[in-house]
Amino acid sequence: MRYAIIIDIAKALLLARWRQTLVAAVGVTFSITMFITLLGFMHGLNDLLDGLILNRTPHIRLYNDVKANEIQPINRLFSNDYHFINSVKPDNAGQKIRNSGAILQALKNDSRVLGVAPKVSAQIFYNVGAINLTGVINGIDVDAEQKLFHFSDYVPKGNYTELKTVPNSIILGKAAADKMLTNIGDVIQVTTPDGERHALKVVGLFQSGLQDLDKVQSYASVSTTQKLLQQTEGFITDINVKLIDITLAPTIAKEYAHIFETDAEDIQTANAQFETGSDVRSIISYAVGITLLIVAGFGIYNILNMMIYEKMDSIAILKATGFSGKDVQYIFKTIALSIGIAGGIFGLIFGFLLSNVIDLVPFNTAALPTIKTFPVNYDIKFYVIGITFSIITTYFAGLFPSRKASKIDPVIIIRGK
Amino acid sequence: MSKIILEAKAISKSFHDPVTIPILKEVSFQITKGDFVSVIGKSGCGKSTLLYILSTMDTDYEGELFIDGAKMNGKKEQELAAVRNEKIGFVFQFHYLLNEFSVLKNIMLPAIKLGKYTLQEIEQHAMEKLRLLDMTDHALKSPNQLSGGQKQRVAIARALINNPLIIMGDEPTGNLDKKNSDVVFDIFKQLASEFQQTMLIVTHDNEFASRTNRIIEMQDGRIIS
Repeated sequence: MRYAIIIDIAKALLLARWRQTLVAAVGVTFSITMFITLLGFMHGLNDLLDGLILNRTPHIRLYNDVKANEIQPINRLFSNDYHFINSVKPDNAGQKIRNSGAILQALKNDSRVLGVAPKVSAQIFYNVGAINLTGVINGIDVDAEQKLFHFSDYVPKGNYTELKTVPNSIILGKAAADKMLTNIGDVIQVTTPDGERHALKVVGLFQSGLQDLDKVQSYASVSTTQKLLQQTEGFITDINVKLIDITLAPTIAKEYAHIFETDAEDIQTANAQFETGSDVRSIISYAVGITLLIVAGFGIYNILNMMIYEKMDSIAILKATGFSGKDVQYIFKTIALSIGIAGGIFGLIFGFLLSNVIDLVPFNTAALPTIKTFPVNYDIKFYVIGITFSIITTYFAGLFPSRKASKIDPVIIIRGK
Repeated sequence: MSKIILEAKAISKSFHDPVTIPILKEVSFQITKGDFVSVIGKSGCGKSTLLYILSTMDTDYEGELFIDGAKMNGKKEQELAAVRNEKIGFVFQFHYLLNEFSVLKNIMLPAIKLGKYTLQEIEQHAMEKLRLLDMTDHALKSPNQLSGGQKQRVAIARALINNPLIIMGDEPTGNLDKKNSDVVFDIFKQLASEFQQTMLIVTHDNEFASRTNRIIEMQDGRIIS
């Protein structure tokens, strides 16, 4: 009953000045709309750009780097002495990961690991008539690659699964294919570093968005690549690991390097700079959104102040007839909050609609073959933050005027007449 | 002897801006149940100031104030508001009706705040008060559709809604023409005689005062008779 009457009075005051109320609410609506749209769009772009790198980068890469043996023969002989050795050369251990089958099995059994994809990578030459183009062929496990790194996103032409089903097949980088004037269905010649020549059938074109990459990279199945290199089934040069929790990558990488006696590189070390960009973009969009809200808050503050001046008499009589300062304060807080909540909810709705509109705007770029429209993120988080901030700012916008209203001395008003 | 409803003991008040001017000097009196009291005096004699102190709205004074046996000094703002709500009805020179609400709702507001009865009961009580003041036809109108005299009658109905111990009036007829002030006075008279309603009315209208049961005359912050 007590709150019902306060809400009743608040409603009456709101409706008495409905035009101003509407302007205030529209201010909130506008700022929340922009807040949602801005964050959704910004995060959509962030996700896209992050995805460009993140989706294709393994969290941990196990490989054998070309390097000199750390224990040279003389160390074994005089282990307590310090040796000066000149012209040390890398040993001929090769890039093969030893015991790859067992490592793969061990990784698959690790509960922190989302998935593993073995890879054989090798230098080759694409032969176009008399010209040889350098290239890198990656032998991949097609299913694992698709599952972990969304391989199909980067194969706009052709069917990537044919790598598995068609023997001696290859997916060529788009830029390389353009240079070689080949298309899907053609057969190309490649030469391995050992001088072996092979004919491979092009089953698809690969487009990563990075032109330099597309000029050299091509993909084949693991077994095709092993055959090209005349290697046995166990020949694997890289093991790409995707973790369930990406933040653990550096520690797990160290652990793997120790256990498996390979080199291990984690994603944070490999791509340290790009997180910063995403963070800065997020911060900017939050800052703009919150600034808009604060401006809307001042609008509400002004309107409440005006209302209080206009309604001095009403406040005085309410106080004379038994409404306490607290009650009066509640009335004006209710007014502020209802403007905030109503404006905020409409803001969420309009923000969602505007996001949808942006989501429909065509956005074609050669760099991003699978993106057709502007990316928008519809994370529920933005909506929760939006409505929370609208309530908080309107509460504070209402706090000061309502305090002032609660302190109005009815004697001064009534005697002043 | 009937019950003392309001008692003032040595109430003094001064204004301090810019120099200290005493407004009330040790004013003491009692009002018992059923009294119809008017306070008269020249303007500036402190009669309105006294009324606002007695109404609990002004708390800046020295001395003691008892309403219905309870001491008002030192009570919190919220407690005083509750006292005003339940025990005091106000009629001011200006009607102070809320234009956002209908006449009926204006009368109901203090009762809804009191929260003693259901909304239906309050509405019924409000209609009874309107009937008493011969205003039932105007119940659903907006206050700004009424004449000055009618508005003041609505204000009286609002003062009556919680069946207060005492009604306080600050020049309730001050803004009205002769005819309307007679109507208002008749209402007060009727309330006093029929319902033994206790009333304390500040007025400068000596004719009005002469028709009340008891006159308190003030001069220079003191009660002289």
